[in-house]
Amino acid sequence: MGATAAVELRHITKTFGSVVANKDVSLTVNRGEILSVLGENGSGKTTLMNMISGIYFPDDGQILIDGKEVVIRSPKDAFDFKIGMIYQHFKLVDVFSAAENIVLGSGEKGRFNIRRSAKRVKEISEQYGFEIDPMKKIYEMSVSEKQTVEIIKVLYRGADILILDEPTAVLTPQETQKLFRVLRRMRDDGKAIIIITHKLHEVLSLSDRVSVLRKGEYVGTVMTAETNEAELTEMMVGKKISLNIDRGEPKDPEDRLVVDHVNCVSRDGVQLLSDVSFTARSGEILGIAGIAGSGQRELLEAIAGLQHLENGEILYRNPQTGSTDNLRDKTPLQIRELGVRLSFVPEDRLGMGLVGNMDIVDNMMLRSYRKGKSFFLERKEPKGLADRIIEQLEVVTPDVNTPVRRLSGGNVQKVLVGREIAASPTVLMAAYPVRGLDINSSYLIYNLLNQQKEKGVAVIFVGEDLDVLLELCDRILVIGSGQVTGILDARSATKEQIGLLMTKTNGGDACEHA
Amino acid sequence: MSMPEKSRREPKFHIVKRSSIVWWKAWLVRVAAVAAALVVCALITVVLTGKNPIGVYATMIDGALGTKRRVWSLLQNVAMLLCVSLAVTPAFKMRFWNIGAEGQVLAGGLATAACMILLGNRMPSSLLIVVMAAASIAAGALWAVIPALFRARWNTNETLFTLMMNYIAIQLVSFFTYKWSVPKGSGQIGVINRETKAGWLPAVFGSDYLLNILIVAGLTVFLYVYLRYSKHGYEIEVVGESENTARYIGINVKKVIVRTMLLSGAICGIAGLLLVGGTDHTITRDIAAGRGFTAIMVSWLAKFNPLYMILTSFLIVFLQKGAVEISTIFGLNDSFSDILTGIIIFFIIGSEFFISYSIRRSGLKKGEKAA
Amino acid sequence: MIAAFIQRAVVQGIPLLFGSTGEIITEKSGNLNLGIPGIMYVGGISGVIGAFLYEHSLPSPESINPFLAVAIPMLSCVLGSLLMGLLYAFLTVTLRANQNVTGLALTTFGTGFGNFFGGSLIKLVKTDMPSISLTATSGCFRQTLPFADKLGWFGDIFLSYSFLAYLAVILALVSSFVLNHTWVGLRLRAVGEDPTTADAAGISVGRYKYFATCIGSVIAGMGGLYYVMDYACGVWSNDGFGDRGWLAIALVIFAVWKPNMSILGSILFGGLFIVHNYIQSLGVSIQEIFKMLPYVVTIIVLVIVSMRKRRESQPPAHLGLPYFREER
Repeated sequence: MGATAAVELRHITKTFGSVVANKDVSLTVNRGEILSVLGENGSGKTTLMNMISGIYFPDDGQILIDGKEVVIRSPKDAFDFKIGMIYQHFKLVDVFSAAENIVLGSGEKGRFNIRRSAKRVKEISEQYGFEIDPMKKIYEMSVSEKQTVEIIKVLYRGADILILDEPTAVLTPQETQKLFRVLRRMRDDGKAIIIITHKLHEVLSLSDRVSVLRKGEYVGTVMTAETNEAELTEMMVGKKISLNIDRGEPKDPEDRLVVDHVNCVSRDGVQLLSDVSFTARSGEILGIAGIAGSGQRELLEAIAGLQHLENGEILYRNPQTGSTDNLRDKTPLQIRELGVRLSFVPEDRLGMGLVGNMDIVDNMMLRSYRKGKSFFLERKEPKGLADRIIEQLEVVTPDVNTPVRRLSGGNVQKVLVGREIAASPTVLMAAYPVRGLDINSSYLIYNLLNQQKEKGVAVIFVGEDLDVLLELCDRILVIGSGQVTGILDARSATKEQIGLLMTKTNGGDACEHA
Repeated sequence: MSMPEKSRREPKFHIVKRSSIVWWKAWLVRVAAVAAALVVCALITVVLTGKNPIGVYATMIDGALGTKRRVWSLLQNVAMLLCVSLAVTPAFKMRFWNIGAEGQVLAGGLATAACMILLGNRMPSSLLIVVMAAASIAAGALWAVIPALFRARWNTNETLFTLMMNYIAIQLVSFFTYKWSVPKGSGQIGVINRETKAGWLPAVFGSDYLLNILIVAGLTVFLYVYLRYSKHGYEIEVVGESENTARYIGINVKKVIVRTMLLSGAICGIAGLLLVGGTDHTITRDIAAGRGFTAIMVSWLAKFNPLYMILTSFLIVFLQKGAVEISTIFGLNDSFSDILTGIIIFFIIGSEFFISYSIRRSGLKKGEKAA
Repeated sequence: MIAAFIQRAVVQGIPLLFGSTGEIITEKSGNLNLGIPGIMYVGGISGVIGAFLYEHSLPSPESINPFLAVAIPMLSCVLGSLLMGLLYAFLTVTLRANQNVTGLALTTFGTGFGNFFGGSLIKLVKTDMPSISLTATSGCFRQTLPFADKLGWFGDIFLSYSFLAYLAVILALVSSFVLNHTWVGLRLRAVGEDPTTADAAGISVGRYKYFATCIGSVIAGMGGLYYVMDYACGVWSNDGFGDRGWLAIALVIFAVWKPNMSILGSILFGGLFIVHNYIQSLGVSIQEIFKMLPYVVTIIVLVIVSMRKRRESQPPAHLGLPYFREER
């Protein structure tokens, strides 16, 4: 390696409060090379890249560009070093055309001439093989077109070090292939490219080298040509950790909720769920594993009556009456009126599950306030419930009249889960219920879910930590790009198995099966 | 091994949203703001009139509370402003910017006047009053529900829609004041049913204003209870805080929007009834007297709490009355009160910033939290 | 007859054009300034105060200097409305106050300010003038092209106006150009549509909001000045300006946030405003119904725009909302 690296990170450490996001990470990327940064969710990949692009400033360590130590204090500094980052969340003005968005932050001087800019945009896209109409408005574009605009935006400013954060998360396999062709062209053009990902097959097909992070720590770098999926998976997920969760055998499981060939399409026409089928049984915990944004949220919302289904059925077997009800396209209210005791702990706790500005008592009422014929609210029962939850779940709060947004994350979640469990559900769905929680609160939540299972509730648990999923659940459904890629027995499955299923995109295969 | 410069690029101060503030601190800020505003108002008055500041305050107090008549008039005005403020509050709690209260009051007033003129001598006064009440409530509600329906169905911007509805109502009233004018063509209706007093709301305990005041007091209690203790009020709050949560628990957001605006308009209609049937006994295009707009500020300043609104509407009416007195004594113009009202509101709006945010000096670590 | 109608419609429309151009620029930055009616009052009265003090200092009306007679009211108008714009921007941008409440308070204040000084100016300076009648100043403002009345209907429709009227049209055209064909315009629109993206692109959101609000206020304020000096011939009458400020806000919607559209719109609104005078045998009462037209038309446009959901004719996406970059 005679040439100096385009970017070299030496012993970078970054902490947020008490959380260590990156610890002593070192890596390099050369010109004319594609480097993959591989790691699970929360392994610190994005934080690390944000330090190169000037969003964060490292607590410790050095950044070298072309062998010279530099200080990158702002995104503008990063531009000056010709570093461009393409984020997962696009920063584009919807009513502007592609060209307008591209020139917006370019800091270009001189006469404003959108046609001339559009011509340059066209030139750049032709150079690398993008297909884009510079005058097309963003709101008319597909996700992949928007991403193209983001990439051209960076190139337009003259970047020759490109960082892409999970660029394929939102793309179809065909679009992914197209993107990879473009990236290879840029590499051949002498640009340095870093791609953040957790999809193994992409790493293998695209990059020259792979650096792996795990829980904020640097694990190592390998040449792509000299490695394989098994080795990378092990580097990524590490050795199995024991959690000592007391898992009982499911008692008399019966089918409670049958999801049958469900399809869901977003308002922009993107396929969110395709042909999802599974059964949730009473007295067991069904785990759902998958990369963030693979359709977990839509799946739960569809069951809860918050997503319109293109087709498919969601059948509920009522244990009391023995009847079967179809929940498809019913509103949450209609579902409740059918006597379906469905509880749902959504991912967005304060934006959906609770009202931040209301106190604990009023939040307790969200589910139950309609009860009774009275015009007025009945606060006595919710108050009792709030007191019980505060006591039993050890919620730390000054009193029941404190707005929930003032509570800490763990306590907010206890309030939410406590309320949902108090409705004595027959189906309990929880999306990322321990995200952002400390160890003790997390275990409290696991125990609550376990207790519900023992009571005969069908629990559906969307999680991100594979160790937890393997120890807590009875079965694990793996979802990838809105499709079920496998359903495993949690007692016998391994992390590697799940990891492979998570990163498997059925793109090609699915077409064959269909 | 150390970096050449590791200085942060943060500015010297940065602004942080407060997670909470002790209630007395919040009130201290507000009281300080009002006090500062009063000082500024006094200064301006002193510059314009040359009188000493204490004299200015004395004149204002005299103007507002000097005689029994003034006290009654003050209370009546507080009641009317409060009534309109109550009306807009449920909508605001729902984050529906109803700035069309002016028009909704006029619609109610017009319906009242129409009943008085057209039905005045055809039915007993007591029945007439019932009809008037029904008509005014219906008219106010109708005027409010039109923008609500469009907002619910097509998400039409309600701020601009309700604003435009004001002027349609004003022109409608103008039309009828010409049509029914006495004498013909004068463009003024004059006192309706002067002889028969048909449709005049009765005087209570010998006071023409007391009935209005009592009705508004009743409405205040009603609205306080409605917003705080009723299921409807609860739904309004959930929709206002987060439409996502509302959907999650199965609230029909459109229904709540329409229902709440019906209520908002109905109360405006009552305000129109009280103004036309209770005090003025006539209708002009200025009868709402800008209360529809002032009410928005009253309601907002009171944090949408009906009980605090008594305080804020009193503050504003007091200022107006006091300023009118100053202008009369010094031969100035009535609009002086608008200037003072504006200044007070500027100060109070500005002070809210110091309640919601705190300014911190940089250099604190991320983990540390200001009190 | 038709020429005279169009001419009157234009004269009616010019204050609205100033107001709506100012409001469009403001709204493009995401600030819904409902204080425009008040600002127009302040613009008008500031000009009046300037002119009054100037005329008052002259030994006789004949000795008026035409340049000063125009420059002094213009400057005081600009100053007055600029201060109002600054106040709005300070409260809503720096102190993040609610835009609707701030705007309405500004309108209360501005209208009061206008009517107060309109009614008390004479008293305050203790002169012997009977009323504020600035005919000499107004004469300077109303100078038209010398050959306009020799060109028949063409002259009447196109050339018979004073310089402020042409200024209004020019400002609208310039704003339209700046918004659509310059860097500043592009960035300003980005701020109003999506301040987070604009911020990420290195645009100073706060600064753009301040500038847009202040420039918008100054332009709107000139509408007030035009009304007093030109339309009302230099005679200030309290509440004479009426609800034209709100009509200007209506015009913004009618013009779907395009200043060049508001040129046509203002003439149309002006025409709708006075059309009742030109329809024969119209009762006085029916005339009032006709005065409703501009508002009805605005509502129809508002509804159609929301129904069609065409993205280009929607209000700026971030209109009315404060922007606050959250600390990470």
